[in-house]
Amino acid sequence: MIDSFSPPEGQTIRKRLPIWVILAAGVILLSFLVLLVLGLQKSNVQTLTLGSKVADFKLTTFDGSQVTLKSLQGKTVLINFWASWCTTCIDEAAILQEGWQKVGLGGQIVFLGVDYADTEPAAKAFMQKYSISYLNGPDLRSALSQQFHISGVPETYLIDADGTLRGIKIGPFGSAEELSTFLEQKSGN
Amino acid sequence: MNLVHSFSRKIFMAVIAISIAIEGMAIIVNSAWAQAQPTPSSDDQVNAIASQLYCPVCENITLDVCSTQACAQWRDLIRDKLGQGDSPAQIKDYFVQQYGDRVLAVPPRTGLNWLLYLLPPLIFLAALILMVRFFMKHRSLSPAVPESEIGEGTSPAKNGPDVSEKGGKID
Repeated sequence: MIDSFSPPEGQTIRKRLPIWVILAAGVILLSFLVLLVLGLQKSNVQTLTLGSKVADFKLTTFDGSQVTLKSLQGKTVLINFWASWCTTCIDEAAILQEGWQKVGLGGQIVFLGVDYADTEPAAKAFMQKYSISYLNGPDLRSALSQQFHISGVPETYLIDADGTLRGIKIGPFGSAEELSTFLEQKSGN
Repeated sequence: MNLVHSFSRKIFMAVIAISIAIEGMAIIVNSAWAQAQPTPSSDDQVNAIASQLYCPVCENITLDVCSTQACAQWRDLIRDKLGQGDSPAQIKDYFVQQYGDRVLAVPPRTGLNWLLYLLPPLIFLAALILMVRFFMKHRSLSPAVPESEIGEGTSPAKNGPDVSEKGGKID
């Protein structure tokens, strides 16, 4: 009886798995691969480096108007990521506002404040408290912070008239001179 | 005399009617004002929604247990929105619109997110089926004792292969 289950000498029995098992395994494997590729794509997105072109973006300001990088072509753009809960942002708020009044009102340099992971009432109160008058808007769906790969707030980026990234400042500006130097050196003015 | 009495009675009635009207209007205005005021929301109501949202600046911490100022502001916003009569779903939608899907503690069942929900049970099911098939296959390969012999009540020792007959020797 036992011998009847053994294959003849020199032969092996090759059993094929049912087709649905193979298909299911294939689908599961493929799904895993898709997840893996997506994960890799997400983590492997190139970070912005000095000299690289900045892709167009849209910022909806607190007053409802929309600004795109394309619409600012020909002007130097300073983008400052901030939040009302960020204590170091308080330190540089006055410096940025002063800088804006000094160089921004001429029209050749545009200051854009991007309010990161903040609530609108708190952000507006912050702006009012520090008399910030340059364009500001929330980072809707965290799109801009993801585009610039910010690591925290405050962070400031300088884009030249051609849309090329010319300056990155991680952390707050310590003085008006530091901001002035940042603007002069990076924008080539 | 009757004329005077009747006149003062009319005045009295008019005063009563005006008083009632003023009182009625006061009640209506008060009720409308009360309705316009946001209903204070309890911490439990706020935390129930906060527990479904992640802190914007900390990793893997939900809003209800987060102590940063950013979280406190978000909780305040939840409280305000509850007070304005928004439902928990509307509040979560608002946060997603403002900050993206990443704020949700549970990913939404849309698009590729479905893989997150479908893959684990599918893998479990596939593993279960393969395991059952494996055990069934091995069970069917195990030596079977003929039914006729089982019925005779013979002992396995008696039915087992006779080693001595095949020339084997057990020392």
